[in-house]
Amino acid sequence: MNEKNPPAIRLRGLEKSYKDLRVLCGIDLDVERGGVFALLGSNGAGKTTLVRILSTLLRADAGTATVNGFDVAGRAARVRESISLTGQFAAVDEILSGRENLVLVARLRHVADPGAVADDLLARFSLTGAGARRASTYSGGMRRRLDIAMSLIGNPPVVFLDEPTTGLDPQARVEVWEAVKGLADNGTTVLLTTQYLEEAEQLADRIAILHEGRIIVDGTLEELKRLLPPAEVEYVEKQPTLEEIFFAVTGGSERGRPARRTAPSEK
Amino acid sequence: MATHFLSDTAALTGRTMRHVTRSPDTIITTAVMPIAMMLMFVYVFGGAIDTGQGAYIDYMLPGILLITVASGIAYTAFRLFTDMQGGIFERFQSMPIARSGVLWAHVLTSLVANVVSLAVVVGAALLMGFRSDAGAGAWLAVAGILVLFTLALTWIAVIPGLSASSVEGASAFSYPLIFLPFLSSAFVPTETMPGPVRWFAEHQPVTSIVNTLRDLLAGGSGGEDLWTALAWCTGILVAAYALAMATYRRKIS
Repeated sequence: MNEKNPPAIRLRGLEKSYKDLRVLCGIDLDVERGGVFALLGSNGAGKTTLVRILSTLLRADAGTATVNGFDVAGRAARVRESISLTGQFAAVDEILSGRENLVLVARLRHVADPGAVADDLLARFSLTGAGARRASTYSGGMRRRLDIAMSLIGNPPVVFLDEPTTGLDPQARVEVWEAVKGLADNGTTVLLTTQYLEEAEQLADRIAILHEGRIIVDGTLEELKRLLPPAEVEYVEKQPTLEEIFFAVTGGSERGRPARRTAPSEK
Repeated sequence: MATHFLSDTAALTGRTMRHVTRSPDTIITTAVMPIAMMLMFVYVFGGAIDTGQGAYIDYMLPGILLITVASGIAYTAFRLFTDMQGGIFERFQSMPIARSGVLWAHVLTSLVANVVSLAVVVGAALLMGFRSDAGAGAWLAVAGILVLFTLALTWIAVIPGLSASSVEGASAFSYPLIFLPFLSSAFVPTETMPGPVRWFAEHQPVTSIVNTLRDLLAGGSGGEDLWTALAWCTGILVAAYALAMATYRRKIS
């Protein structure tokens, strides 16, 4: 591995226990630069613990972890310069307005002209109209978008999104997905944790599955699909999913007043 | 990192100050209870209390000021606790900033909010007839001791703010602190108290601080308790700071 271009994230034998509970039992993983890497796992699989270790909030018991080439234990300050964390709970200041939240983070990241950075991000995340309102008045989706916008200030090369759509309605989830895709297009490495298989399928370039403290598979969606026997061709009548119906009757992802529709009654 | 300590702390203090200015009720409620006590003691109990000195309000104002600070710092614990719960604390901790700036922002905000509350209470006391012979120097000394006392109590408040598991737990610690002045020379001379109570009253920090403030406000130079009061304030400050920082390090590691 050449030193000039280390992987975005490299884990070797990472272990963590809470008292008797072994959460991570020797994680080995490389995340290359760029694109979205999804860490898939059920509740309690250790996804959040892993993200907390990578973002210097928690110390591992054993093993090593480097982010952007810096060891999380030995060079925590450099790691913090390289990353941004959006945790499970939208970490925005509810008493400040959306714009003030962005300006605060911009000042803490010492970027030039925090006000301009804030206005630019508000526009990018369709929050300009709500920028002057207190974040406590935002919907779940808006709050998440603000949260992600805050993570982008200072252009950290690696962004951790820990279950960014948990608890959101389908509409808000699509909004967040758009934001995540935009991130990856700008060359940022995104480590996304999720328990929604569909989310990983939609967003991820590579997927790893964390199960009982170990990474059990790691690859592209195509590679993962090859783990199963080859698909047989079957003809099935395509039924709309509930999600498609939901978007059809609520007016899709365009915001605005949805047209009220009534299901045709059966004759 | 250290080079940014001041600018980071300033940015974070601006944030917590907005929390105070956007809910000014926290300053009002901090000031209302001491003012209500002052009204009660001066106009209800005061007539029956013989302090052997001048106007009763002049006698009891120092104790009221300490109660004001003790109830004000409960909000500091509350604000810190809210940060811990909401995830914004973790966001700050994962950013390349001077990490302890987060705590200092709360401490400085506590200081400003308490100074405002104290000013409101002193204003109310002046309306009720409080008069002082203190010169500018003595007032400065009074302000200095109150600031030191506020800092000491604020660092105590940081500990439950960081470690509490419920809102109630985060602010309950302030009740004994609010109660402490009643077991001191703040409202009645300690000579009237029975043996063990009197012993406690005369050896706890509030009595020496109250006596010093009272002497300064009466135009004196602090009296014999000045150094005891300063030692208590500094001692509590150092101990609380050390304990708060230890709690903080345990929380972030």
